[in-house]
Amino acid sequence: MMDNHFQSCIPIQKEWDIVAARQQGRDFSKQIGFGAVDQARIATAISELARNIYLYAQKGAICFEYIEDMEHKGIKIIASDEGPGISDISRVMEDGYTTSGGLGAGLPGIKRLMDHFDIYSEEGKGTEVTIQKWLR
Amino acid sequence: MRIPILKLHNYLLISIQTELDDKTAIQFQEDLLNKIHETWATGVVIDLTSVEIIDSYIAKILGDVVSMSDLMGAKVVLTGIQPAVAMTLIDLGIHLKDVPTALDLEQGLIKLRQELEE
Repeated sequence: MMDNHFQSCIPIQKEWDIVAARQQGRDFSKQIGFGAVDQARIATAISELARNIYLYAQKGAICFEYIEDMEHKGIKIIASDEGPGISDISRVMEDGYTTSGGLGAGLPGIKRLMDHFDIYSEEGKGTEVTIQKWLR
Repeated sequence: MRIPILKLHNYLLISIQTELDDKTAIQFQEDLLNKIHETWATGVVIDLTSVEIIDSYIAKILGDVVSMSDLMGAKVVLTGIQPAVAMTLIDLGIHLKDVPTALDLEQGLIKLRQELEE
């Protein structure tokens, strides 16, 4: 049985941490019972978020959490950093918007991989992205 | 880590069997272009059967290596992309439209032969 409040975090500081975060996310989603396709979706979303931290904030963390409600179980992932923050969130949520010259798929792509997507950012303070996926 | 590149007649064959981190992918890009230059290979098959995750960065590197090889005069075919990887890439909004693909290594070699004989 999974512990209800199980949570673990991976610091993102160097390039290899991106791989470590997605591997851990994949293992964790497998333990929860996600199939191969959703494992790939979750791991890829984590990879994109970790790369955003590495590219834009240099330092941050990815945390995983097991979640459940009355009917489902799922995974929650929080990517947080203390980077420059995002001044115009509606723009970064537009498909095709980039400041890196197309290095990442962008936030809309990550949103499409998951069931729930939330972003909070304050200029000069940092950014926190929360994503969730429910097991069907 | 280096990804091995095998030469077979005029072709280069690569089977990626490892988790692709950014550095390995960039190194591979460089190694492949050098190998094309050294061997005068006309065709390349990159088999991705064992690759479980392709994110936007790795996809960009793979797409670029196809265009770069093309500039040098070698055709590249990507083979064996897993169903889960294909679904994830489309969700991400990555279509790799101009990249030749085939179901497996065998089909990839057939496709190369057809393209190079035209």
